[in-house]
Amino acid sequence: MTTQTLGKDAAAKQQTATPRPKRKAPHWVAYLPYLVPGLAAFVLVIGIPLVTNIMYSFQKWKGGMAPHTWVGLDNYQALLHDDAFWTSFRNSISMIVAMVIIPTIIGLLLASVLFDYLGKRFGSRTASVLRATYYLPQILPVAVAGVLWNWILNAQTGAVNEILRSLGVDNPPNWLGSPDTAMPSVMLVLVWVQIGYPVVIFMSALQRVDPELYEAAELDGAGWGRRFRAITLPQIKPETFVVVLTCTVAALKVFGPIYVLTRGGPEGSTLVPSYYSYLNFFDKSKVGYGAAIATVLTLVIVLVAVVILVVQARSERKEAEGH
Amino acid sequence: MAVETIKAPVASRPDARHRTGKARWFILAAAVLVGLLILAPILIMVLNAFKSPSDYSQNGPLSWPHGLYFDGLKAFWERVNFPQKLWNSIFISGVVAIFGTLLSLLNAYAIGIGKIKGRLWVVTLFLLATMLPQEALIYPLFTMAQNVGLGNSPWSVIIIFTVIQSAFGTYLLASVLATFPKALLEAAALDGAGRWTVLWKVVFPIVRPTLSVLMIFFFIWTWNEFFIPLVMLTTNDTQTIPIALASLQGDRMMDAPTTNAGALISLVPALIFFLLFQRTLTRGVTAGSVK
Repeated sequence: MTTQTLGKDAAAKQQTATPRPKRKAPHWVAYLPYLVPGLAAFVLVIGIPLVTNIMYSFQKWKGGMAPHTWVGLDNYQALLHDDAFWTSFRNSISMIVAMVIIPTIIGLLLASVLFDYLGKRFGSRTASVLRATYYLPQILPVAVAGVLWNWILNAQTGAVNEILRSLGVDNPPNWLGSPDTAMPSVMLVLVWVQIGYPVVIFMSALQRVDPELYEAAELDGAGWGRRFRAITLPQIKPETFVVVLTCTVAALKVFGPIYVLTRGGPEGSTLVPSYYSYLNFFDKSKVGYGAAIATVLTLVIVLVAVVILVVQARSERKEAEGH
Repeated sequence: MAVETIKAPVASRPDARHRTGKARWFILAAAVLVGLLILAPILIMVLNAFKSPSDYSQNGPLSWPHGLYFDGLKAFWERVNFPQKLWNSIFISGVVAIFGTLLSLLNAYAIGIGKIKGRLWVVTLFLLATMLPQEALIYPLFTMAQNVGLGNSPWSVIIIFTVIQSAFGTYLLASVLATFPKALLEAAALDGAGRWTVLWKVVFPIVRPTLSVLMIFFFIWTWNEFFIPLVMLTTNDTQTIPIALASLQGDRMMDAPTTNAGALISLVPALIFFLLFQRTLTRGVTAGSVK
């Protein structure tokens, strides 16, 4: 249809229709030129580097002018026996707890309390001021958040230990500097950074829910807890999946906070895959090995994302059948 | 639950409204307390940014500063050459925001309105790309940039982030444009408008609010980016604010006031940006969450 009316567009016609004026190309072909720059840039900046990185992972290379040696699966085999590699992925589970599980649960509660309880009793202004407060850490550059917390948790001059000492604690812990406390400290910082994101998403999701549902439940005498379980949770399931998916991917990729807070230490207690791969690339000059870690990480992320998407599709289908 | 504990003392007056009347203050207090806990690190930072080192070591982090002390701020400002870092950050983020939005619009026009064949594949590809860890791209990108003479150049970072951001932008905009009113497109076509004209005279004005949200997002995301600028921008004069701040860690001049003043001044641009565009932003977060 459009091809006829747009026939006057001489330039576009030349690109698409001139080779065979008799047989009309499907109308979408004329739109292809609009995708060319984007697709070309995509191939150049993401496609080629991704493939090249996988090639590197089969090589031994010290970077720069050093020779590339093809070593097949050696790097991957070495990974299997590398404790640091396994530790880094075990630590990813802590990252998921701190960036997905805790913020999602607390976020659900906070959003529901703000929207369904405080918003109704104190007006939506109160709710939105509180929401903005919760969201504030999200807008800080991650390096700023990291530097700030690094100082707060510093063993000698940090705010926390200064306060503890003034309260009479003689030997306050070295929060980021000892293997026992480093991971919980990092997790605390990540919860702090992350918490506002689910609150904002869930609150906007709740605005989508029909208010009559809540009013009817209230008239029936359902308390906040009942409404939370019976209405809030099922109604905002789609957004919950989005939050879980995006945060899990972010947790698996986390780099900045680790770099600024602990550099993976002490004794590898906060090492994560992305930092371990960075370390091999630019610190140890083991490019092939770093590339192998990055490739494994990519596979894990894609796998986890697919699993979450499949679970979501299933739950949606079940819901459709149930109704 | 909290309500139960509050109920007991007022049980003698079985007035439902009165009961919730007290409970609501309790819950408000709890919500405000959570807010204060979240704000606490930022408040402590502001409190200690203008305190002299001796004041800090004598009176601790919670005391009110005895007089304003600007040497920490000055030390940080001069040491990192803050105006230069500020300009680097604004330049990189600004150009990425404009180019990234433009590229997203072109892609989405072909996918959402042109309905090109295989569009589902293209969108899936772009969506997958947003999940990739940057470590899986960085070494080849680093090598490529050096080979074409863009090593340590802001343009290498600009090109990379334009593509990365537009991958998400295309995904979002394509679904927005897929629901674009057909009648408008047909009317324009009847008037003899070509595809290029339709894009700028019909589609662009209508999706402009979405585009501005995308632009703000791209700006802030690029501003906050850490890993790729850390690797690609290797010298002092090309670095962005977050990198400059992070690279000073462990430096002997970074005493408490300097650290706090540095962190404070580094978050001011993001904060100003956030306050200016708060409304648009919350709308944008919402837009991203709806499939």
